[in-house]
Amino acid sequence: MRRRVVITGMGVCAPNGIGLGAFAEAMADGKSGIRFQPELKELEFGCQIAAQPELTEELLARYFTPLQLRGLNATGIMYGVIAGSDAWKDAGLAIAEKEAPDWDSGVLFGSGTLGVAKFREAIHQIDARNVRRLGSTSVIQTMASGVSAYLGGILGCGNQVTTNSSACTTGTEGVLMGYERIAQGQAERILVGSCSDSGPYVWAGFDAMRILPRQYNERPEAASRPMSASAAGFVPGSGAGALLLESLESAQARGAHIYAEILGGAVNSGGQRGDGSMTAPNSEAVQRCILRAIGNSGIDSADIDAINGHLTATGKDALEIANWSAALGRSGTDFPYINSFKGHFGHCLSAAGSIECVAAVLQFEKETLFGNVNCEDVHPEISKIIDQRAIPQKSRAYTPSILAKASFGFGDVNACVIFKRYTD
Amino acid sequence: MEEETKYNKLKDIIKVYLPEDVSVDAIGLESNFISELNINSANLVDIVLDVEDEFDIMLENADMDKMQTVKDALGIIDAKLEAK
Repeated sequence: MRRRVVITGMGVCAPNGIGLGAFAEAMADGKSGIRFQPELKELEFGCQIAAQPELTEELLARYFTPLQLRGLNATGIMYGVIAGSDAWKDAGLAIAEKEAPDWDSGVLFGSGTLGVAKFREAIHQIDARNVRRLGSTSVIQTMASGVSAYLGGILGCGNQVTTNSSACTTGTEGVLMGYERIAQGQAERILVGSCSDSGPYVWAGFDAMRILPRQYNERPEAASRPMSASAAGFVPGSGAGALLLESLESAQARGAHIYAEILGGAVNSGGQRGDGSMTAPNSEAVQRCILRAIGNSGIDSADIDAINGHLTATGKDALEIANWSAALGRSGTDFPYINSFKGHFGHCLSAAGSIECVAAVLQFEKETLFGNVNCEDVHPEISKIIDQRAIPQKSRAYTPSILAKASFGFGDVNACVIFKRYTD
Repeated sequence: MEEETKYNKLKDIIKVYLPEDVSVDAIGLESNFISELNINSANLVDIVLDVEDEFDIMLENADMDKMQTVKDALGIIDAKLEAK
């Protein structure tokens, strides 16, 4: 017997807002988190804009002890701990006592690459034959699971504490992994989420691949244009999102506020076969992933009334729409509402799925469908498939009942999760 | 350098690494870093680096192994400063 799983807490550290309140407002208002980055100009990047959360020392001091902050140079861990701690607190959970952990709670927090700036520090020391000067935190800040390790210790979680990594699918995949563990009865609560570091050493490889926009350095807020005819590439971003997943029984027993229910979902890969490759999706795999998510959730494709896509603002957006349309068997005016949040805060890479899941679920809570940013000129290949009214240009009062969220990543990997508005 | 100055400088270094429930007043000459002050053993590495920076000396692996208490640390600092 599978158990029902709900979301009882959320936290976010996003380029356009830190904390649920500020973030929800930014999403509803279409506020951008994309800014000119002098450091990228100095390093002669083609794309000199990016989206990163604006941290302050005061903010960090609320989440980390002075000792933890000493030599802390892993932005992904900073973002993850802020988002994760907030989600825990938002769920009304207490930090475990000093003597024993909370055996029923775990952490599953993904990362793409972690502590890159710290690793760079270490590399300089090592190359200068100064290995002994690395200090004690070089390992914990650069291991992929560093963010889960920090959160697990801060909160005192005694169930599974781990990290998943599947490129830009990471955050959405993590939601499903946490969901599975709770549905199977192996945990009562899993803090799921994902993070991505900021900085030139993370983003340079994408600039080298020439998939970032280069002509918007003077107009950063206009640069990320999902579904638009003038889309010019994705804007690199960073941050973290976190969701506290909980068994329905546990949530009800605690009298916790429930944001939404997770009905199910699916993950798969195109195996880099057919039209799939390391960097391009196999369309059949994308469609199978969506269809299986619908099947696992016990709904019909006609039940979906809103989609939050992956839609990165590259030339592949039209293909994604075609895949949604084919999988759902819906097009034209029959197509559900669809939005992409990358117009607001770019593509936060391994953090994208989790930040976007938080935003997608906030739409239930705020009874608002968040509008798209920068797609006044819908791509003609897209308007051929779906009616333009399915693409809200501004936020509007609308409460979806069932929402599909998908993320796709390098390695030809896919994840799709189905959220349902929770009603007693 | 006066002994007291050295001791105070060392205390300033150590206090950063104390767990939240151990107060600075708990630091005494005979205090064992790990068993009495509850300092995470991984942080001893950082204390050594801070000591090196503060006193402009360099500790060897053998010195680190001998450094169990505050008094041990002061002894090692003295020896290194004398040898300079």
